[in-house]
Amino acid sequence: MAKTFTLDAGGIYYRQLNEQIREAVANGATHIVLNNVNGQRYIADAMDGDITVEVNGVPGQDLGAFMRGPKVVVKANAQDGVGNTMDDGLIVIDGLAGDVVGYAMRGGKIFIKGDVGYRVGIHMKAYMEKLPTIVIGGKAGDFLGEYMAGGILLLLGMFSDKLTEPIAGRSLGTGMHGGVIYVRGEVPAEQIGPGLSAQPVDDDDKAVIAGLVKEYAKELGLDAKKILAADFVKIKPFSHRPYGKLYVPA
Amino acid sequence: MLFQPINRNYHDFSIVRDKDLCINCKVCVRQCSYEAHYWDEARQRVMADSSKCVGCHRCEALCPTSAILIQKKHSDFRENALWRPQFLKYIYKQADSGGVLLTGMGSPVNIPIYWDRLLLDASQVTNPSIDPLREPMELKTFLGAKPQKLEFTKGKDGNPKLKTKLAPQLELNYPLMFSAMSFGSINFNLHIAMARAATELGICYNTGEGGLHKSLYKYGKNTIVQVASGRFGVHRDFLNAGAAIEIKIGQGAKPGIGGHLPGEKINAMVSQTRMVPLGSDAISPAPHHDIYSIEDLGQLIFALKEASEYRVPVSVKIAAVHNVAAIASGIARAGADIVAIDGVRGGTGAAPGMIRDNVGIPIELALAAVDQRLRDEGIRNRVSIVAAGGIRCSADLVKAIALGADACYIATSVLIAVGCTLCAKCYTGKCPWGIATNDARLAKRQNPEVAAQKMINLVHAWGHEVEEMLGGMGLNSIESLRGNRDKLRAVGLSETEMEILGVKHAGR
Repeated sequence: MAKTFTLDAGGIYYRQLNEQIREAVANGATHIVLNNVNGQRYIADAMDGDITVEVNGVPGQDLGAFMRGPKVVVKANAQDGVGNTMDDGLIVIDGLAGDVVGYAMRGGKIFIKGDVGYRVGIHMKAYMEKLPTIVIGGKAGDFLGEYMAGGILLLLGMFSDKLTEPIAGRSLGTGMHGGVIYVRGEVPAEQIGPGLSAQPVDDDDKAVIAGLVKEYAKELGLDAKKILAADFVKIKPFSHRPYGKLYVPA
Repeated sequence: MLFQPINRNYHDFSIVRDKDLCINCKVCVRQCSYEAHYWDEARQRVMADSSKCVGCHRCEALCPTSAILIQKKHSDFRENALWRPQFLKYIYKQADSGGVLLTGMGSPVNIPIYWDRLLLDASQVTNPSIDPLREPMELKTFLGAKPQKLEFTKGKDGNPKLKTKLAPQLELNYPLMFSAMSFGSINFNLHIAMARAATELGICYNTGEGGLHKSLYKYGKNTIVQVASGRFGVHRDFLNAGAAIEIKIGQGAKPGIGGHLPGEKINAMVSQTRMVPLGSDAISPAPHHDIYSIEDLGQLIFALKEASEYRVPVSVKIAAVHNVAAIASGIARAGADIVAIDGVRGGTGAAPGMIRDNVGIPIELALAAVDQRLRDEGIRNRVSIVAAGGIRCSADLVKAIALGADACYIATSVLIAVGCTLCAKCYTGKCPWGIATNDARLAKRQNPEVAAQKMINLVHAWGHEVEEMLGGMGLNSIESLRGNRDKLRAVGLSETEMEILGVKHAGR
């Protein structure tokens, strides 16, 4: 039985707001509704457990950083640093998100309906059962999936405000040594990092994409069939040790 | 042989074996992880390939008949002040491989060492020196932000009560800590040893960027957990396991570049602690890609404070570079509680040689510049300063405190205490002394109990020496020495150097 805690966040400084949220969780709240959120940072930062956080308004930087488990739903745009070093859980953004989404993320999922900024999914890494996953409905800026060490990035390019931009910015996947980047449609070769190329997806990939898209569409109220009615390509690392031969003992 | 490269016989060391003393017991063969010693079946005796010798002296130390001598290879070339042998060797290697020159440990090059040009004061006649064997001597150190002023109220019992809320502090029995060496770069036996030694000594050790193994959480009160750009093993439990959190921006041995822990060093336990796959390189990007400005740094500092509910101080570690004073001021203003500065001579498990030997500035100058800048700006109380990078003995520590450090980080000294001979091949993962290796056969050469005791002994010894030096100056507390540059005099330094260090020349 979900115990709901509703808070009017209007005019409250982030430190007090987050203290109140932590206190509510300590008192057993499992469903937290935050109204009139307006740029407060660190919401659900390092939050643990089976908790749902509903954010009405635009949350500030580092939403869900170090988070392990909760589900955070934002009914608006989000700023930079969503899911920074996130460990587990789900963040759903019914809008666009800023730079550095899912930096060094180790587990959990981030679903974004619209565009994202620069440096998204840098150094994502998988470990054992942990498989960090980001689905971007719009387009992405430069350095998407740079140094990626594991996990899944799925870029749809469908719900974008950037009509003339390519689906992904420059240096896509540069230095990636694990994980996979799926792109709906095509991605221009010059946007992809050195040594990498877009390859056709196989049946296993298709199954992964279909599963993810269904989950994503359900969370955001979108039509999965429409999203899946196109070809996808994948970008995978050429080595799990991209810099292994760079050095000589002095 | 039709072709033999010049460097085949032009190597660093010669293994000299006294045939009369050698009993062909093969201890050297078993001890050398670089296979420089081998058993020659045809000759029925132990032989050596000096080209493989790294100069670690493990064989020499363990030879039961003292038959082995490791020497520099004396191969005399025409003298040339510009083209010193080191540069010839570098070029031969790079011409063969096309690779970036990789090195380990701190820079061995001849960068001025200001510790050697600074001398301490002592009391004579006018104020008595203090005998630490007879008088109490306070080395206790608190790291963290200090308030601008203290406010008191009257308690119910009529006594004054502190009203000012103090920022979280790291409490240390000595003004030093074991600096960041990740689990992975050094093995688990030494991490246990550091944790136990720090706990017994009442100081802290730093996890480095490789996460913290669950079995070491119990030493949390004496642990600083480190968050670097790769975020290896960083999660909410880790962030709440220690007594402080450190954001590693830079390292003195390799300012401005990231790190690659090679796949060879990622065994099962390292993989589990770092939370990365077995055998895959663990790559730390050069910058934190969520920090491109002081404002971004502030954002991560407070993300970590939120994650740890403001219970522990947050430290930011940077390499000593040209604008270190302005950067440290920014770090203080961004909300850090501690700024750790690592000088150009700081150690490393692996760094490109060109970076290690040519990038950064000496810690003495950086420390003095930072302390002065923060004082000038009236924000010195907001952060504690930790100095690192080549603290070799207790006198260096005392001089660092006098230059303005609240405490020092030591790491190379700690490794030497457990047997490191500075052969500087840490990056191979084959350390014959069982330090910079995760090979079980080699790692067992370090017994955690013995290693911990050596670390404890070292700090006890330094502690006694610091007390002697303090007492000699007529001081009974390390606090009285902090930033007290009047206790230092320079010998043979230029006006500019003395101005930066804030010290007078000896005789003045």
